[in-house]
Amino acid sequence: MNDVILQLDSVSKSFEGKVILNSLDLEIRRNEFITLLGPSGCGKTTTLRIIGGFEKPDEGRVLFEGTDITGFPPDKRNVNTVFQKYSLFPHMSVEENIAFGLKLKKKSGQYIKDKIGYALKLVNMDGYESRKPDSLSGGQQQRVAIARAIVNEPKVLLLDEPLGALDLKLRHEMQRELIKIKKEVGITFIYVTHDQEEALTMSDRIVVMNKGLVQQMGTSKSIYDEPQNAFVADFIGDSNIIDGIMKADRLVQIQGVPIPCVDTGFGKDELVDVVIRPEDLEITAPETGYLTGRVISVIFKGAYYEIKVRAGAYDWSIQDVNPAPVGSMVGLSILPDNIQIMHKPHSEDAQAVREEE
Amino acid sequence: MVRKVKSGNLFHGISGLKNLLSRCYIGLIVLFLYAPILVLIVLSFNRSRSRVTWGGFTLEWYGQLFSNRQIMDALVTTLVLAFLSALIATVIGVLAALGIHAMRQRNYQIMMIFTNIPILNADIVTGISLMLWFVHFMPLGFGSVLIAHITFNIPYVILSVMPKIRQMNVSLYEAARDLGANAVYGFFRVILPQLLSGIVSGFFMAFTMSMDDFVITYFTKGAGVSTLSTMIYGEIRKGIKPEMYALSTIIFVTMFLILLAVNYWPEKKPAVREEQRF
Repeated sequence: MNDVILQLDSVSKSFEGKVILNSLDLEIRRNEFITLLGPSGCGKTTTLRIIGGFEKPDEGRVLFEGTDITGFPPDKRNVNTVFQKYSLFPHMSVEENIAFGLKLKKKSGQYIKDKIGYALKLVNMDGYESRKPDSLSGGQQQRVAIARAIVNEPKVLLLDEPLGALDLKLRHEMQRELIKIKKEVGITFIYVTHDQEEALTMSDRIVVMNKGLVQQMGTSKSIYDEPQNAFVADFIGDSNIIDGIMKADRLVQIQGVPIPCVDTGFGKDELVDVVIRPEDLEITAPETGYLTGRVISVIFKGAYYEIKVRAGAYDWSIQDVNPAPVGSMVGLSILPDNIQIMHKPHSEDAQAVREEE
Repeated sequence: MVRKVKSGNLFHGISGLKNLLSRCYIGLIVLFLYAPILVLIVLSFNRSRSRVTWGGFTLEWYGQLFSNRQIMDALVTTLVLAFLSALIATVIGVLAALGIHAMRQRNYQIMMIFTNIPILNADIVTGISLMLWFVHFMPLGFGSVLIAHITFNIPYVILSVMPKIRQMNVSLYEAARDLGANAVYGFFRVILPQLLSGIVSGFFMAFTMSMDDFVITYFTKGAGVSTLSTMIYGEIRKGIKPEMYALSTIIFVTMFLILLAVNYWPEKKPAVREEQRF
């Protein structure tokens, strides 16, 4: 079951004294769609470039199907990359671009022709064979870049923020197509992005990174619902993050009010971070909520209203389909399931997470 | 309404005058730049040896020019020298530009200053210093002139290739490697085509600089080697012969054609692209 195709074994990398990757361990399974997600400078692109062979790690190994490929140049690796800036060869036609890798592999003319036809159909670009890259739109160029990588039948496809330069609507369309292409060709996708929504939509598994460290690894749902630390909670979606004290198992005290939750195993009176998603908070009458506060702003966001409620020194962010009058006193209520309790950072690694806030 | 039309006319009148003046200005500049050359070309077809009377059309001077061994030898030397020095300088210059581009910011700037110095440096200084250097290590002759020309040509190649390198998307090379190309194949198949227009114009610039040079050549050539410029200089001391007009005309026309070629080279491709778009 645990079929690992690619493994990073305590990989470290620094540029000019700045640590980019700090002893990173990562296992990528065959045929999964894995996304490296994090803010810029978190080391996600460096990780991808190390896998592609464009950077050499200072320490650690890269294993491909059990073979150490750390010292291999890019042309000796069974992976292909879709670059952020498309990087199509401007002096070659679409067809010549796609044939580039196949010609190097000395494939027959008929084979190359068939492959080009197949790949262009796959990315919805048939009929564009003889066009030059700069006569194509950004989205079309990116499709050609994907076709150019896929025809080589790599075992792993690396995608470096491939949709970063496209507008929102096109990006959503390409996300759906990438999932379709992934299903069709059945290879491992390693995807790099800083867009959490993109990551949540497409990935089988997400690796959240910050400051060269893996913060959390898991399915979209587990990362969204159960962030393991404040950084992940803050980076994935909107969150209210507030200090709390564990009074007992399944009871956390927030702003002096004990509130039932589902977490156990914390020390009594331990200081913790509490994460509550804005859509999980419910506005009630002042007397029925756990907390009371005054509505300080209401912003219409289309599908919901974003409401800020000041309770004590903390401004709670709430998403609700109904607005509340600004200036009124309201109560806030929450189901025990929707409260996430996290240990306060105590190690240096965990501290790196905190600094980000 | 009427006033509006009137002021429109007035405005039209002023702008017409402005237009006329600017045309005259341009005309004057062109006249001063090209009239002497035009006179030279006309004189090269003048049967009379006099510089002030027109004795009828003739190709006699051209004939004499091509049967003059001394001039023909100098022409061959000049062309071989220009071609070889431009070619070698282009190879060295392209590699140097790629290397300099890969340097960190500080070293990059230092190297670009080093590149600019030979261009700004007075030819007489370059010529004398190269001569002093050469006499210690080798006999002055074709070899020393060639090395001198390569030396002063390299910066021109670097300067015309560098903007192309800066424009180039560096991940193109990585994309080529990613698709299975080794370093050499990636360089020739992907990098070089991106730089081609810069390389070609660098080559032609080096070629013309070499053909054009007198001072540095004069100091480094030694006895027995003559390029056109040093040969003409020697001849002029004995008095100007009409063959020289013919020779100068040929040089001018050749340079003019090369200039046209260099200017139209990069523009060919976008035109083709434009066609394909529709």
